[in-house]
Amino acid sequence: MKYVIIGNGIASIGAIEGIRKVDTESPILVIGSEDAPAYGRPLISYLLAGKITPDRLSLRPLEFYEKSRVGLKLGTTVASIDTSAKSVTTDKGEVIGYENLLIATGGIPFTPPIPGADGPDVYNFTNLAHAQTLIAKAGEIKRAVVIGGGLIGLKAGESLFDRGVDVTILELSPRILSLAFDENAATLAGARLDEVGLNVRCGVSAKEIQRDKEGALKGVHLTDGDFLQCDVVVIAIGVVPNYTLAKDAGIAVDRGIQVDDHMRASADGVYAAGDVAQARDLLFGEDRVIPIWTNAYNQGFCAGKNMAGKDVPFTGSLSMNSISFYGLPTISVGTVNPPEGDKSYEIAASLDAKKKSYRKLVFHNDRLVGYVLVGDIEMAGMYTAFVKFQMAVPEEAKKQILAGAPDVLMWPDDFFKETWNPGVVEQD
Amino acid sequence: MKRVYPDKEYCIGCHLCELACITAHSKSKDVIIAYREERGQTGLSPCKRVFEKGDTCVAVSCRHCDDPSCVAACISGALHKDPETGRTVYEREKCVGCWSCLMACPYGAIRRHPMENKIVKCDLCEGREGGPACVAACPNQALKFEERD
Ligand SMILES: Cc1cc2nc3c(=O)[nH]c(=O)nc-3n(C[C@H](O)[C@H](O)[C@H](O)COP(=O)(O)OP(=O)(O)OC[C@H]3O[C@@H](n4cnc5c(N)ncnc54)[C@H](O)[C@@H]3O)c2cc1C
Ligand code: SF4
Ligand code: SF4
Repeated sequence: MKYVIIGNGIASIGAIEGIRKVDTESPILVIGSEDAPAYGRPLISYLLAGKITPDRLSLRPLEFYEKSRVGLKLGTTVASIDTSAKSVTTDKGEVIGYENLLIATGGIPFTPPIPGADGPDVYNFTNLAHAQTLIAKAGEIKRAVVIGGGLIGLKAGESLFDRGVDVTILELSPRILSLAFDENAATLAGARLDEVGLNVRCGVSAKEIQRDKEGALKGVHLTDGDFLQCDVVVIAIGVVPNYTLAKDAGIAVDRGIQVDDHMRASADGVYAAGDVAQARDLLFGEDRVIPIWTNAYNQGFCAGKNMAGKDVPFTGSLSMNSISFYGLPTISVGTVNPPEGDKSYEIAASLDAKKKSYRKLVFHNDRLVGYVLVGDIEMAGMYTAFVKFQMAVPEEAKKQILAGAPDVLMWPDDFFKETWNPGVVEQD
Repeated sequence: MKRVYPDKEYCIGCHLCELACITAHSKSKDVIIAYREERGQTGLSPCKRVFEKGDTCVAVSCRHCDDPSCVAACISGALHKDPETGRTVYEREKCVGCWSCLMACPYGAIRRHPMENKIVKCDLCEGREGGPACVAACPNQALKFEERD
């Protein structure tokens, strides 16, 4: 087989679209553990909340795979990779040879050891099956405890709450969303959740999950001594790269599968992309795992083109998050929490707690390297341009950016023309 | 493919393209009704943004990029690239209003719909005879609809 892709998530879709940009003919085989065609993983919270119906989950039209000449083996897990024979073996014992292999196995939920966690009614929230289980449960339960106040935990909590469940979210660090957002943004988001009626408790975590003699879930003992009665616990602390398959095959891994600037892993003909890969960061050039949607697609897309024989370097991952809390939109892009005390960074922040509006801009030397917006997000893309294209920001332009009005006329002239009006010969 | 190219040397910042845009995307197809009524009632908004700085102006909208950032960011599949026409297509029904595309598009080409959890983005006036309305309306030929690849 010319192209084999392990995993059927968004990185896989990116790879298919990347390959087909270059090679419209050779067969592609996708092997995926989950039984559904690729779906919007973030949509599982919308599904659990009852905001969308299952028919809206799929990412591409039904005919996509057929039109793209992709063979699908769903409900099938790759059990091992043999990099010298260039083949993979599935859990059904089938051996499939490859010329180019993409490992796009995503992440697996990180589950710290909590006494009592083994047993019924403790769940994760990272795939469709989890959402379906929780939907089935939601009707018969009153209280839920969600462990983890990051993006996935908050989304899980919000969705259960929308199903009429009383929800408490536990976050070990002093504030929610500590990875992608800063304190002010987290406070505004937390206030919004509070207003709606979700309980968010920071600085505490679960010490032990209490069960009765029959093993039925009773509740959660917290690190501060409190006890919360509940019918289900959702552990949503985050995901870690799902790289065991690669590691067992002798492929180099660090925090994720290590890839070079063409998304190539250490074995010949093998590539990796998405939540499982540790790839170059756009801003500071170091290799990092940034487990977000856009990166997964972009990495897959780049890997796909390279697998098909094009020479396309990866431009680098950029961390970006957009989440809304009951109508309060928040966006965070790039570096938003620079190392404390580092004088090469400059932060400009303006907060209007009454209007629930916040803007934070982070400059490094003369570049914008990150920003946070809460409330008014209308101009987000124009800030992203400065971060993504790493354009220098002269003093005058800086004033305009600080005033919340970045625009395309601030771009360097050549870049502006090349982007908006290429191929025009200027008259003198 | 044919795209809309704005020229800041010619743009006079008159916003007529915006009016033409909302009219083309209105129910009534009447500029007065579109502006006076539909804007307020249905949240009808233009796909264009007009930027001004001193004497320089420019009217921009979706570039229908070859490798669009918005498509990479879309969590619902509402945005995709039509392989035949090259357009970046938005399927309103699929959209969940997560604003990921608005954040990811570095060209500021995506707006929030003022009333619904949906976005507003240029569709090149799909199906309109004579092509994009903004181009037709521009009094100074600052917008061109051309094949330039
Ligand atoms: C609830 C939730 C909300 C989220 N919201 C956002 C958001 O708003 N914005 C954002 O940027 N990101 C969000 N994310 C993160 C985003 O979903 C991930 O970054 C993205 O899905 C990663 O894509 P991927 O293709 O790398 O991996 P995945 O989507 O994890 O897909 C990997 C697939 O590979 C399969 N697989 C694994 N091992 C094997 C094997 N051995 N054989 C065959 N198949 C295998 C898995 O079953 C899985 O289907 C969210 C995640 C969750 C869980
Ligand atoms: S919305 Fe933005 S990223 Fe998407 S095609 Fe248009 S200009 Fe390109
Ligand atoms: S707002 Fe709609 S179109 Fe944009 S990324 Fe979200 S789901 Fe896709």
